[in-house]
Amino acid sequence: MSTTANQKAGIGSVLWDYLTTVDHKKIAILYLIGGMFFFLVGGLQAMLIRIQLIVPENEFLSAQFYNEVLTMHGTTMIFLAAMPLLFALMNAVLPLQIGARDVAFPFVNALGFWLFFFGGIFLNISWFTGGAPDAGWTAYAPLSVFSEGHGVDYYSIGLQIAGFGTLMAGINFLVTVINMRAPGMTYMRMPLFTWTSFIASVLILFAFPALTVGLFLLTFDRLFGANFFNPDMGGNAIIWEHLFWIFGHPEVYILILPAFGVFSEVIPAFAKKRLFGYSSMVFATILIAFLGFMVWAHHMFTVGLGPIANSIFAVATMAIAVPTGIKIFNWLFTLWGGQIRMTSPMVFALGFIPTFTIGGMTGVMLASAAADFQYHDSYFVVAHFHYVIVGGVVLGIFAGLIYWWPKMFGTLLNEKLNHWFFWLFFIGFHLTFFLQHFLGLMGMPRRYWTYLEGQNLDLFNLISTIGAFFMAVGTLVFLYNVVKTQMKGEKVSGDPWDARTLEWSIPSPPPFYNFKQEPLVRGLDPLWIEKMQGNGKIQPAEPLGDIHMPNRSLTPFMISLGLFIAGFGIMYQGGMWVLAGIGFATTLGSMLYRSLKDDIGYHVHKEELEEEGDGSNG
Amino acid sequence: MKGWMSRFKAVFALTVMALILSGCGESFLSALQPSGEGASMLLDLMILSIVIMLFVFVIVMIIYVFVIFKFRQKKGQEDIVPKQVEGSHALETLWTVIPIILLLILAVPTIQYTFALADTSPETTEEGEELDQIWVDVTGSQYWWHFEYRDLEVTTSQELYIPTDRRVNLSMISNDVIHSFWVPTIQGKMDVNPTGNKNEMYIQAEEEGVYWGKCAELCGPSHSLMDFKIVAVSPGEFEQWVEDMQSVSGEEEPESETAQAGQQVFADNCMSCHAIGSSPNKTGPNLTNFADREKLAGVFDMNEENLREWIATKGEEMKPGNSMMDAPYDLSDEEINQVMEYLMTLSPSDVTPESANNGVYEDSDLSGLFPEESEGEGSGEGEGNSDSEGNNNSESGSDSESGNNESSGNNSEGDSEGSSSENSNDNSDSNSDE
Amino acid sequence: MAEDVLKSGDLPENPERATLEGRNKFMGFWFFLGGETVLFASLFGTFLALRNSNAGGPAAEDIFGLGLVFIMTVLLLTSSLTSVYAMYHMKNNDFKKMQLWLGITVVLGLGFLGMEIYEFYHYVHGYEFGFTTSAFSSAFYTLVGFHGAHVAFGLSWFVALMIRNAKRGLNLYNAPKFYIGSLYWHFIDVVWVFIFTVVYLLGKVG
Repeated sequence: MSTTANQKAGIGSVLWDYLTTVDHKKIAILYLIGGMFFFLVGGLQAMLIRIQLIVPENEFLSAQFYNEVLTMHGTTMIFLAAMPLLFALMNAVLPLQIGARDVAFPFVNALGFWLFFFGGIFLNISWFTGGAPDAGWTAYAPLSVFSEGHGVDYYSIGLQIAGFGTLMAGINFLVTVINMRAPGMTYMRMPLFTWTSFIASVLILFAFPALTVGLFLLTFDRLFGANFFNPDMGGNAIIWEHLFWIFGHPEVYILILPAFGVFSEVIPAFAKKRLFGYSSMVFATILIAFLGFMVWAHHMFTVGLGPIANSIFAVATMAIAVPTGIKIFNWLFTLWGGQIRMTSPMVFALGFIPTFTIGGMTGVMLASAAADFQYHDSYFVVAHFHYVIVGGVVLGIFAGLIYWWPKMFGTLLNEKLNHWFFWLFFIGFHLTFFLQHFLGLMGMPRRYWTYLEGQNLDLFNLISTIGAFFMAVGTLVFLYNVVKTQMKGEKVSGDPWDARTLEWSIPSPPPFYNFKQEPLVRGLDPLWIEKMQGNGKIQPAEPLGDIHMPNRSLTPFMISLGLFIAGFGIMYQGGMWVLAGIGFATTLGSMLYRSLKDDIGYHVHKEELEEEGDGSNG
Repeated sequence: MKGWMSRFKAVFALTVMALILSGCGESFLSALQPSGEGASMLLDLMILSIVIMLFVFVIVMIIYVFVIFKFRQKKGQEDIVPKQVEGSHALETLWTVIPIILLLILAVPTIQYTFALADTSPETTEEGEELDQIWVDVTGSQYWWHFEYRDLEVTTSQELYIPTDRRVNLSMISNDVIHSFWVPTIQGKMDVNPTGNKNEMYIQAEEEGVYWGKCAELCGPSHSLMDFKIVAVSPGEFEQWVEDMQSVSGEEEPESETAQAGQQVFADNCMSCHAIGSSPNKTGPNLTNFADREKLAGVFDMNEENLREWIATKGEEMKPGNSMMDAPYDLSDEEINQVMEYLMTLSPSDVTPESANNGVYEDSDLSGLFPEESEGEGSGEGEGNSDSEGNNNSESGSDSESGNNESSGNNSEGDSEGSSSENSNDNSDSNSDE
Repeated sequence: MAEDVLKSGDLPENPERATLEGRNKFMGFWFFLGGETVLFASLFGTFLALRNSNAGGPAAEDIFGLGLVFIMTVLLLTSSLTSVYAMYHMKNNDFKKMQLWLGITVVLGLGFLGMEIYEFYHYVHGYEFGFTTSAFSSAFYTLVGFHGAHVAFGLSWFVALMIRNAKRGLNLYNAPKFYIGSLYWHFIDVVWVFIFTVVYLLGKVG
């Protein structure tokens, strides 16, 4: 029928394989590698920041370079590390959890990754071409407009490219969940990770366009002489803050909701109990997402919006604590009466609960608009969002990575090293950030390149830096563990954790078509149900038949590459306009090619499938 | 509300405060050791929220520790299958309703304080008479602060003198990028935005002292060096200071010859940006009382060595990215010495940062600073007016044309804050002879 | 088998939603339009905030002429109607008529685009109202320009589809493509109605 069914073999073709893949499991690995790389880069920047602040009046970094480092630390960690790592988990697991053979748009999935990848590379090239962006990850105008050099242009164009990718990924997961669920997988039987990823995708869909517009306006102001944020020409800098936070606040929930989902998978699996209050967990997730769109101005209490606006946003923000609290208690009561196994994913989940509770508490404190006049833009805020992002999202990402590592790679990370990693990271984290709450209240504003002697800020800063080194060592232990495990390559079964959901019913790693036959889902935690009531194997919902698969394609790579090239042209202008021409021609040409060429995929035949075992996790 | 708040506070304040908060940081910088009305209110609010949150945290931790120890799988229990509990409506309702109640307890004072802190209307005495308002127009620039006392013809930079026990209203705007005005011991912060978004707030110090202020919004390489000071002196000293500052014209000839030469050098090279005496020029910091400054450029010790380096290098290394680096002057060592000597003569007042710490307290109602009041006294309407407030405003409106015109002009610039500057009132006349 | 979707003729009732891929596209595109709505909402918000900030340059009431804009509105609204006819014929499996009505849609869209280009040219040269003149001008050109770019993209999309499938007719593979193309076109239309109201009418009236 078609030549594409031929699987290319050979070592040299691995690169080609990954450049052209549209398989969600491989794209997950690409996201993982990309996200981990940028996580390390962002971590290195964090270490530079902490070393600079180890003693007062330090001259380790120059003021300008420090601003570049802090900007890139925030931008990298949010856009290029946390988001892609979560996408790695979603890609690896979400289709498996709902019994799908792939996502709804495999081609778009690949496109999303390559856009992220080229956007991230674009942003980081700034280091080598005269200076990275230096206006903070929030890039407040007019500082970002006045910023000299091309740093902020790299920011606006790089994030624009990466942002398109994120938007596509979001739409893709939405349609996947709505249209691709296996028979019997009703909405209220979906695993919580799928639910939270689904809701996070809704947030992406409605939040990212605001960033897109903001970045366009910034680019126009900087490169084409527009006046959106220029006060002298009637512009208004506050517009940027609104656009940025209309995106920026939902973004926080885009990050944390999937992490909540991970914990909602890990905790039941290792407490051997179904999730307590499943429906209220779903409801709480939806409520958080809904409220997440009406609280953006709590980042702007000190802007001068007036007491009425501040009060409304303060109360709306406090309201978010209610569904979040529901979740915390539901997790606690899932543990209640369970049989808790202290595996490493579970230890991460247990470390998360108190840490995130503190982050939530300081969140409510920050929501108190008047009191925020003291907290705002001080180290108190720095401490708060690290408690939420690191204590919530990063712990969630690592819990998820370790938990689903067997499903992604067929191997199991060394448990002992994982525990070492956890304790180093966890202790280091609290050392680093707990005292920062106090530093803020003691009068240390955030984004300070240095602090003067004699302000009594020395000791806490020193401790904070020491903590950062613990975190760094912990991360290195994890990396060592990954390398060691993959070198050893010891394969494990499809269900090494004795878990509950559908993804554990097939081999690790799954065959490229995932499910040989569509599974029949009989309830929440389908594998657990079959373990308790059946033979431990998921029943098929269809007879064995041909499987329709999408073709691989280089087009996503080319579309993204084109935008990458065009970005330089737009930025440097002059003679470089030719690059913009080449870039856009590549992108639009590739899109046209995609549109005109029939791409109807191929079929894996019944006969081939029959040769390959029964498709269960055996 | 204030009643039960303070009772509630009384129960916890001692323990919580003593154990955790006090002793954190320095008394001139820490938000935990307030010396101003605003910061004290905010600390109350913080303590309330901390107490509520700690209550929640303790409950979570009790359950957490209990389940971890109680329900851990023990050896030989691998085959036990726990009961698969679906949920519990009673429990779930409980932990929905209780947080809502706790949040309401926090939300009410939050809203109250949010409105209270945004109020820049005139203070009143115990008899309900409105006091004169002091308005200061604050301008933030990379990386220094400029202060103009509205209607008082006093201009200064970097160090803002205020009387204790009296609200001083600030109207803030930025010359370039967004800054944020923060004096943790006195008041919470407020952003200082470029044109079109003028912000107003008040500050009030309860004790004399020099309080450190910070820029809290990333504004460029020297963001962390954009410090300023609030010098809170007793009202009488403040009145003295204002009068001394008003008397400076910038033409005064210094005594020593070197300093005279320095004045010439200053006039030739520095004057286009730096004013001495009250002046609308705010290209660079106003230097009227330069020699009284506690810090050079906000952060450096005020000594000859630092000053010399600053003038010679234009602060290139000291404050990276500062606009003086663009100044075209080129001074010889001798000229620098002369300018330095001249600058060190700029001490128009005996009221200096030291006055904030010397324990001397001179009372005043500051009415001497607002001349239009004395007219009111002359015509003998002062006492009559204080009885009927409605009359009061219209009277004073016609009394003080210049003052009112100027302040209403400022008002229409600031976008929405309404009639915040009714700065002329006859009410306090009866005390004005003090 | 896979090639079945390329066979034309004998199509089911709603060819655009007959396959899983078609349904996915249909649903995904609706979500995409949701995102586009936020995009334009942000642009409208920015425009509303800056519409009086002309910084001494021309103001809205000085430059806008409702006559031209009215004709543009009629053109674009009519083109939405003709694209509905095209979809009606697609569902009836009448490829020729679908192509005809799509062609009319494209012609109307080109007319709109041409007039918009003329309009911009007129502002720039007649009133010295350029992109960099004031915050208002930047916001105006960005909002209306984004819409114009969408129109241009939609037109090239239609043209590409029409040429590509001219010979082989309608099938289950390309029916969803035509369908979401027309969805996109309707969306552009709706946005224009808002632009007409918020930018031009409001600018002229007050």
